[in-house]
Amino acid sequence: MTRLRPTTPTRLSVLALVSAFAVSACGGGGAKEEKVAKPSKTVIQNKGSDTMVNVAQVWAEEYRKAAPDVEVEVSGGGSGVGIAALLKGAIDVANASRDIKPSEAEQASKNTGKSPVGFNVGADALAVYVHKDNPMSEINLEQLTELYAEGGKVTRWSELGVTIPGVKDDTIVRVSRQSSSGTYEFFREHALGNRDFRLGSRDLNGSKEVVELVGTTPTAIGYSGMGYATAAVKMLRVAPKAGAPAVAPTIAAVHDKSYPLARSLHVYTLGEPHGAVKAYIDWILSPAGQKVVEDAGYVPVAVAGNATGALATGAPAPGAPPVPAASPPKP
Amino acid sequence: MAGRFARTPQVARKEIAESVARAVFGLMSASMILPLVLIVGYLFFRAWPVLSWEFLLDVPRHGMTDGGIWPAFVGTLYLVGISLLVSTPIGVLAAIYLNEYAKDNWFNRLVNLAVINLAGVPSIVHALFGLGAFVYAARFGYSILSASLTLAIMTLPVIIASTREALASVPMAFREACWNVGATRWQTVRAVVLPNSISGILTGVILQVSRAAGETAPVMFTGAVFFKAVERGNLFPYKLTDQCMALSMHLYTLATQVPNVKEALPYATAVVLLGSVLLVNATAIVVRIWLRNRKKW
Amino acid sequence: MDSTARPVRPRAAVLAEKALEAVIRLSGVSAIVFVAAIFFFVLREAAPVLVSKGFSLWQFLFSTDWYPTSATNVRYGTFALSVGTLSVTALAMLIAVPFGLGAAIYLSEFCSPRVRETLKVVIELLSAIPSVVWGFVGLTVMSKLIVSSTGAPVGVNVLNGGIILALMSVPVIVSIGEDALKAVPDSFREAGVALGATRWQLVYRVLLPAAKNGLLAAVLLGVGRAVGETMAVLMATGHAVHIPGSLLDSVRTLTANIAAELGEAPSGSDHYRVLFLTGTLLFLITLVVNLTADFVVRGIRRK
Repeated sequence: MTRLRPTTPTRLSVLALVSAFAVSACGGGGAKEEKVAKPSKTVIQNKGSDTMVNVAQVWAEEYRKAAPDVEVEVSGGGSGVGIAALLKGAIDVANASRDIKPSEAEQASKNTGKSPVGFNVGADALAVYVHKDNPMSEINLEQLTELYAEGGKVTRWSELGVTIPGVKDDTIVRVSRQSSSGTYEFFREHALGNRDFRLGSRDLNGSKEVVELVGTTPTAIGYSGMGYATAAVKMLRVAPKAGAPAVAPTIAAVHDKSYPLARSLHVYTLGEPHGAVKAYIDWILSPAGQKVVEDAGYVPVAVAGNATGALATGAPAPGAPPVPAASPPKP
Repeated sequence: MAGRFARTPQVARKEIAESVARAVFGLMSASMILPLVLIVGYLFFRAWPVLSWEFLLDVPRHGMTDGGIWPAFVGTLYLVGISLLVSTPIGVLAAIYLNEYAKDNWFNRLVNLAVINLAGVPSIVHALFGLGAFVYAARFGYSILSASLTLAIMTLPVIIASTREALASVPMAFREACWNVGATRWQTVRAVVLPNSISGILTGVILQVSRAAGETAPVMFTGAVFFKAVERGNLFPYKLTDQCMALSMHLYTLATQVPNVKEALPYATAVVLLGSVLLVNATAIVVRIWLRNRKKW
Repeated sequence: MDSTARPVRPRAAVLAEKALEAVIRLSGVSAIVFVAAIFFFVLREAAPVLVSKGFSLWQFLFSTDWYPTSATNVRYGTFALSVGTLSVTALAMLIAVPFGLGAAIYLSEFCSPRVRETLKVVIELLSAIPSVVWGFVGLTVMSKLIVSSTGAPVGVNVLNGGIILALMSVPVIVSIGEDALKAVPDSFREAGVALGATRWQLVYRVLLPAAKNGLLAAVLLGVGRAVGETMAVLMATGHAVHIPGSLLDSVRTLTANIAAELGEAPSGSDHYRVLFLTGTLLFLITLVVNLTADFVVRGIRRK
């Protein structure tokens, strides 16, 4: 008898099914290879600090011109996430705006047998931003604590002796970052003395969003990296305590350690870097890479007086600006 | 309605109530056209300075504050293509099962319920699932593969539902005719039911293209990255195990993470995304109408 | 073979068809498998924190203190986030339900077929707008509108999120509501007309009561859509983890909280697991809403 020939829908669905399985099989196999062996030479996976993600992206963009056969994949996620991924061996280079903790270094040795190696690639000042129409020009850490910390009492600008022109309601709009951000943790440790934040601030997801919100809200105050400044905001001078001289966040103040809220920016690799990763880090520390850091509004390493920048894990980098509240790596 | 009867006060009241009701409901319906038109118009207006073919083909430049969106656009094409490659066969076969093979017992009611619930799962829960199952448990890592599979699970229920509708619209008489000549169930499906429901199936699949392209959360945590350097206009820049940029995530990034971005850039990205989605949906609607007109019953 | 024997299909074809039927059945149950898998994998990542000491489910559900990364006093209270979700969803439904049902009634009873086709196309296109584009609109356009018209200090708040969510849920309510109204048998309408009812009287006195189950289901599915929405509320509601004091206050929803913090929670940490637990909570909420909607709809079919 005549056999019915397969119709087009059947052919298509069988073909689709088979290709789906084939595709997943290749992909799965490829992925397993890559994760078990050292990541392939031409793709560098870079993950970590959101403060550094824009700089990292420009590094990747510029490095493409210097080394066209190397692709760098850049993603954010925060210093903690970058370091955690590095410790699992899932990425090549982690960006961190804080020092690696001894417990993290220990975990790395346990998991992979290698210790993380860090490089100081620049420094950043955490600036306190207000709207450009705000008459205030300086603030001290105690006032910041009263504003932002749990149990703090200040809620209106009038309590700080400030009158903002043209607003009816002078409730202070506190702008902050979300709780898992390295910037948030840094601010909590160095401006609030490790007290928890008061709930009710707008906890935005990115350094740029903070500045944008402050720039459009006359009664707002926020903190973010100094590289994110725009024309609609101004940065306050910060004094470590009432009565002490207030210092503006500038490159000079960062590298002579007079600005209270400065932090160094690092990249970490698992063990000493080789091959393409080493070439990439060398390039970042070279004048070309450091120019990117400077253009982004951060403090380049060479200016901070540390040419090679290699760090031992856990210890503050030589030449990296320390911060007044003694900053041993968090336990 | 009041034509043949004398216009008493009661009748007048009824007429007025009727006109008012019609006007109010009509206004409510019209109020939905307004946002669509206003939004699309405003986005276009703000995006205008930057929109061009160059914008589509070029790569992001100067720290993503300028340039184009090519890596994100091609990344979205990859994600959508692979996810539909996986979900379409499974979805169509599942719908065939539910409509042609399943009896009305408790088990199949459970399957039905499962499809409905799968459709209602929040996109962030899909992202968590993709993270837990594909990135970690299956060890695919952060990759296009993980992201596409997550999208596939997300688009599956709607493909099942629309295929079922298409299959159900084929008159029972067609099937009965096949049974009368001794065809098995599969032969009936293959020879008669499927070919006649192709239009509905196609429409359902095309509509999921726009859904897969527009979702951000499921890809943000499983395979899409902030940035990846790719050559301008290159149609095959990614391997399955690479991460990629995606148009939806790129819009989010430009709007919230990139400082000093050129004003028109996020608007232009939104226009490209929205435009592609609306274009695909309009195509689906046209295909549906055209194929429906070709039906012979 | 003599000519009176029944023709027999080749064995290969029979086996192939059986194999194909097995694949089809497998695909059919795949939906159950995937739903169960989602619940399993999300719960799996969350489970360790449930049994860890110092974690209290009561605190998780009912405390307003969300301090997952505190150096001194870690607290995981999601109540403020739940209130955030509730407030934005409630406002969205307050706007979307009247408009959606009104449009459904208009489409089903009052308008001409050509207008109906156009409107249905418009509504389909409205529902196709991606959630991140809605969020972008809320962040840029709606936020400026709100600031200039209400004088609020910040334009991303409950009002903004509510309006955006309403625009997103309306298509769901309209299409399912219209289906529900269409499902009412014509005999009801004919009976009404025979008694001299106008169209409005028909709708008000006959159709709405008859279709109330389907309309309720439409509203519930709209609620499900609003509760589960992530990107739009992430960008439009302002990220303040507290119980809102007014419509112009910023909030954060359960979905936005996960999306905002998941990227920065190191995998395997307690914070990460609590976020997965929030995901489980969300899954259960939408499960209940969808099951209720289905149950309500099945009530109509029984009649």
